[in-house]
Amino acid sequence: MSAGSTDTAVRTGRITRTALYLVLLLFALFYLLPFAIMVINSVKPLSEITGGNMMALPQDWTFEPWVKAWATAQIGVDPTGLKPYFWNSIKMVVPAVAISTILGALNGYVLTKWRFKYDTLIFGFMLFACFIPFQIVLIPMARILGLAGLAGSTPGLVLVHVVYGLGFTTLYFKNYYQVFPTELVRAAQIDGAGFFRIFWRLLLPSSGPIIVVSVIWQFTNIWNDFLFGASFADFDSQPMTVALNNLVQSSTGVKEYNVHFAGAILAALPTLLVYIVAGRYFVRGLMAGSVKG
Amino acid sequence: MATPAADADFKTKLQTWVPKLVLSPSLALMLVFVYGFILFSVYLSFTDSRILPSYGWVGFENYDKLFRLRHWDIAVNNLIVFAALYIIICSVIGLMLAIFLDQKIRGESVLRPIFLYPMALSFIVTGTAWKWFLDPGIGLEHTMHLWGWESFHFDWIKNRDYAIYTVVLAAVWQSSGFVMAMFLAGLRGIDNEMLKAAQMDGATNFQLYRRIIIPQLRPAFLSAFVILSHLAIKSYDLVVALTGGGPGRATEVPATFMYSYTFTRNQMGIGASSSVIMLMTIVAIMVPYLYSELREKN
Repeated sequence: MSAGSTDTAVRTGRITRTALYLVLLLFALFYLLPFAIMVINSVKPLSEITGGNMMALPQDWTFEPWVKAWATAQIGVDPTGLKPYFWNSIKMVVPAVAISTILGALNGYVLTKWRFKYDTLIFGFMLFACFIPFQIVLIPMARILGLAGLAGSTPGLVLVHVVYGLGFTTLYFKNYYQVFPTELVRAAQIDGAGFFRIFWRLLLPSSGPIIVVSVIWQFTNIWNDFLFGASFADFDSQPMTVALNNLVQSSTGVKEYNVHFAGAILAALPTLLVYIVAGRYFVRGLMAGSVKG
Repeated sequence: MATPAADADFKTKLQTWVPKLVLSPSLALMLVFVYGFILFSVYLSFTDSRILPSYGWVGFENYDKLFRLRHWDIAVNNLIVFAALYIIICSVIGLMLAIFLDQKIRGESVLRPIFLYPMALSFIVTGTAWKWFLDPGIGLEHTMHLWGWESFHFDWIKNRDYAIYTVVLAAVWQSSGFVMAMFLAGLRGIDNEMLKAAQMDGATNFQLYRRIIIPQLRPAFLSAFVILSHLAIKSYDLVVALTGGGPGRATEVPATFMYSYTFTRNQMGIGASSSVIMLMTIVAIMVPYLYSELREKN
């Protein structure tokens, strides 16, 4: 925040201020309520949900829905719970985030410090790729993954997420390196340092914040992806979001709402944790994805 | 440089090639997986593909069929209603919350993350939460009845005419905090001295916002519009999790249409043509925006 905003020009009276707080608190309630109710109801026995009041605190606290959602709930054909899918997601997210961030950093470095003819055009093409509706690539992707023997596999999903995340990671690093003094790079070049040496010694040590931004953005997006997971994965690679959807939508037997809620929170937990720990960077990532420069 | 001329020559040559080599894998991936695939989908939309891609050329037949399908008509209309309401409501709420938070509010650092956290959730999680919350049998309506408000009636999610508005509600819940964050950043960047000068000239708070502050937020409005419209056109997960496109086809959108025609109804040609229409809509919005953004900087 700039120094100017410590002293705002807009002044408000007491009644206006009370109204302001009231509206803000109402909205806070609006944002908190659905998730809070989900949390409360995930520790209730099913009878208290179907027969009782969703706003009421549980009379009998039980963590059984959580255990069931994690380890024994029926998903698809097997009573495996969400556990295997959680690991599927991890196995997909970690390499995809790492690879797309590394490539993004190198691309951003090239596009700002080693400029060449048409580099802006190339960047424009990469940036546009962030915004395509993924429906346009579903059919060819299914075909290519099949031909490459990657259909229904975790490496296949990693490839997909790397490709469609590259535009964003490149954007982040490009914007970040743009303000890194180019004279330093030139000076190092005259001293005989090469391409990688300059990157490693000069740019990378100061890239901490933007690496965090890129990792958080990619992690949230890939963890939360549903379309690619639903289209290209099978049991051994299905991510958490797809499994959660299968759990909630399954039409067999009694709808165990408490288990569904516990499952939904389990699926949300990793991104929420990241958000709580590094929320500042999360906001920065969102902003960099929209307001450029 | 102290090195012999030939060596230096080789070095500079190498130095001009290394950056391009480093960029080339990403570029190749983009060319194949984005632009190659787009061309392939466009091509398929002119063929008689059904379960699998096939290469019999049928001209514009798929588009012709597509535009005559009532199912597609419903999907497009739903998207228009959804996108319009989603963008307008998100912008209004986002701007309002940003302006309110900008009044030196105590507890801003607590409120801001509360407004923003839904953005960190998967649409599937959001859909699961709202689906249940809106279910008249056990959710809000049921609770109101238990609290003694017997006449309370809220069954939009089960109602063909209103179900699409529940999608708007859940989507606004998820993204309005994000719009707030964009506007807030815009507000914090406005020069305070100018506002003070206007105030000395006797401008009221309302006039300050109406005449000076809000016009300066134009870039934030533009970004919000672009991001939100792009999210709206791509929205798939939320509809799947919240309503599954139902009741009936009441909340079908182009993204769910494309998926069901391609992968479950075995009408790949029509599915491909619908994805091309979606792409063209995005191109119409994104290309002018990206062009102006990139041009300004160079």
